[in-house]
Amino acid sequence: MTTSDVTITEAGTPADRPLLEIRDLAITFDTSNGEVNAVRNAHLTIMPGETVAIVGESGSGKSTTALAAIGLLPGNGRVSGGQILLDGEDISHAPEKRMIELRGNTIGMVPQDPMSNLNPVWKIGYQVKETLQANGRPSGPEDVAKVLSQAGLPDSHRRAKQYPHEFSGGMRQRALIAIGLSCQPRLLIADEPTSALDVTVQRQILDHLEGMTSELGTAVLLITHDLGLAAERADKVVVMYRGQVVESGPSLELLQNPQHPYTKRLVESAPSLASRRIQVAKEQGVEAADLLAPAAEALAADNVLQIQDLRKVYKLRQGLGRSSDFAAVDGVSFDVLRGTTTAIVGESGSGKSTVAKMVLQLEKPTDGRILFDGVDTSVLKPSELFKFRRRVQPIFQDPYGSLDPMYNIFRTIEEPLRVHKIGNKASREKKVRELLDQVALPQSTMRRYPNELSGGQRQRVAIARALALDPEVIICDEAVSALDVLVQAQVLNLLADLQSNLGLTYLFITHDLAVVRQIADHVCVMEKGRLVETGSTDDVFEAPQQEYTKALLNAIPGAKLMLPPEVA
Amino acid sequence: MIRFILRRLLQVIPVFLGTTLLVYFMVFALPGDPVRALFGERPPSEAVIAALRQQYNLDQPFWVQYGLFLKNLFTFNLGVDFTGQPIAATLGRVFPVTVMLAIEALVIQAVFGIGFGLIAGLRKGKIFDSSVLLASLVVIAIPIFVLGFVLQLVFGVYLGWAKPTVGTDVGWDTLLLPAFALALVSFAYVLRLTRASVIENSTADYVRTATAKGLSRPRVVMAHILRNSMIPVVTYLGASLGGLMGGAIVTEGIFNVPGVGQKLYQAILRSEGPTVVAIVSVLVLVFVIANLLVDLLYAWLDPRIRYEK
Repeated sequence: MTTSDVTITEAGTPADRPLLEIRDLAITFDTSNGEVNAVRNAHLTIMPGETVAIVGESGSGKSTTALAAIGLLPGNGRVSGGQILLDGEDISHAPEKRMIELRGNTIGMVPQDPMSNLNPVWKIGYQVKETLQANGRPSGPEDVAKVLSQAGLPDSHRRAKQYPHEFSGGMRQRALIAIGLSCQPRLLIADEPTSALDVTVQRQILDHLEGMTSELGTAVLLITHDLGLAAERADKVVVMYRGQVVESGPSLELLQNPQHPYTKRLVESAPSLASRRIQVAKEQGVEAADLLAPAAEALAADNVLQIQDLRKVYKLRQGLGRSSDFAAVDGVSFDVLRGTTTAIVGESGSGKSTVAKMVLQLEKPTDGRILFDGVDTSVLKPSELFKFRRRVQPIFQDPYGSLDPMYNIFRTIEEPLRVHKIGNKASREKKVRELLDQVALPQSTMRRYPNELSGGQRQRVAIARALALDPEVIICDEAVSALDVLVQAQVLNLLADLQSNLGLTYLFITHDLAVVRQIADHVCVMEKGRLVETGSTDDVFEAPQQEYTKALLNAIPGAKLMLPPEVA
Repeated sequence: MIRFILRRLLQVIPVFLGTTLLVYFMVFALPGDPVRALFGERPPSEAVIAALRQQYNLDQPFWVQYGLFLKNLFTFNLGVDFTGQPIAATLGRVFPVTVMLAIEALVIQAVFGIGFGLIAGLRKGKIFDSSVLLASLVVIAIPIFVLGFVLQLVFGVYLGWAKPTVGTDVGWDTLLLPAFALALVSFAYVLRLTRASVIENSTADYVRTATAKGLSRPRVVMAHILRNSMIPVVTYLGASLGGLMGGAIVTEGIFNVPGVGQKLYQAILRSEGPTVVAIVSVLVLVFVIANLLVDLLYAWLDPRIRYEK
């Protein structure tokens, strides 16, 4: 019965007529500051069975456009112009009753965050079942299990009886894909379906989604901030910037020959497409001969950090006083050369952040030693530890959470100087001004508060704060992961600049191999608490030795796309 | 799960001993002599006083009195009060009345609190929402003894819809007015809690996903918004059940309901240690069991919470 449905719908739409056509779409939000035009003159066309990606940074209007197509704009948003044609029918102002008919049956959705998009109080099976029921499809236990197993959930009868919190992120996303495709819609809106997942899981999910939609003949509207991913998965790419469609066309063509300045910048800075470490000197126009000197120095320099057989064991409580050991970090050893960048990569749970915390002396190692400048850090007296902290500074992932909202920027950057009793009021203010210059923020920023700054600006403030004490080593724990691609590129460039000017050493913790490629000299790959591979970045990327490293590299979206050298 | 319940029931023992000890001590420490107070103007002979003291163990030190009380309690012999009535019979008479009153109040506050709270939450910022919020603020601000008298006057005396006082005529219908008065204060909190919870859940990602699945609006509201919003509300309702029983003193006084509150008040005035402690002990049990039920209900409502097997 279900298969015949598919053939009917396929027959219903001639292949040359668009399934979804968005014409001159404008979307307005009513806010307390008046109307905000989130989307203007957006246009895109999706043919039956085709995959179209909308690419853009946060706030570009890509999600808003997609939500309008399924009638799910937030309460204060409305379509203020243009048309959304589904099979020729304008649904931009369709009554709610009509939209309820269309949702699920004709237009499905796979939302962004698998952690928050399943209702925590209902079993997975129930959440599939109510979808089937609402759209008038058979909804017995067998049907539910079938839908789940098609989305790649093994043992689906048992899984259906579990609650979302018993599922991993990847499994939840599979459940959401199952729900989105359960009624075999003709259009699936996939809003950043994998951005919350680890790269290897991301790849599996996208492969599976692709397989299912091509089998069912479902057209996909894919929303993503990742140009590499879009190019790899979609037939056509639509680039949105500040609420407008700036460019669209077949994926490869657009990638290889971008026309609009914004698209060009996006292609240049997409980390997934870059193939080389950032060459700071080239951008500054310095002669090659000058370049060799610091590089040679770095080679001759000592190991500023030596990590020896580091272990961290946590006790897991199992009730009634019993506990079991969990080794978050298990026998990790590596050296960090002064003036270079060493990256630790791994998926969530690999123990990479625990290593960073131990190096920062925020966690005590269970076993093993951390030598800083040849001195074992575990035997430091409190006064020595205080001096150590001055020389090793952190930059954390979330620029929203790591700045005190009640401190203005001046106070934020000045605080470490004050704590370490450096200089007087006047000299500290001078230093803060210098630091703001170094991170390319206007000095007027001093009197502003974190909530008045963008994410990129905040991360610059965090960098300025870390630099305030003239440290030798900076530990960057996912320092650019929360930033949009272009901003991320700017911050990475800034970090590279500072390194060459100040001779800084970076220990870079990240899950993003593309970022590693751009910033690191050495790479340590971690898996389940153990170091599986180390080496120079070029070696690891060109000739990975371990299966796990290969899998990680293969999973980078767009890694296999060939680009002309001048673009990369 | 069974283990969790057993452990929680075992916890009742120290809680019970602690509270009864405390209450017993406070009654013991009250100034004045309960035996002399019984006789008022005409003091009895010393021999009579001594005999009475012996009968009620008032001549014994505190620990012995408390020990005897516990011993009697566990042999289900609560003794007699100073008027010679068996305490167990008194409890058997007053508790059903207050339980009826509390249950009726609980149902009223649940039905109206959740109902109005849901509608207000779904229509955030509209006229219904604003007026309900304002009204609930008024209810919270005015003390129960004022509200109680107003209700009694308006519905009992002027309109004549209900009997102004209950007296000996105890029934679901006669208790309706006092139950309403008793429910009013908690009702305002239930309403506000439901409203806040509904507003929070309405914007949750899973609600949007539920809509995207093609569910009808009533279904989204009932299965996804209301269901999830009930978690904090049920907790509050359960905890308020104990409060309703204990808090009935004022309401029972206003409407002359022959329940626990009234009896407890009289016993305190007469320094009747055994009666006060007996009533409080039962109230403690009600509190503890209500809390246990809330915990179990909580786990049922929110599957993320699982107690040790």
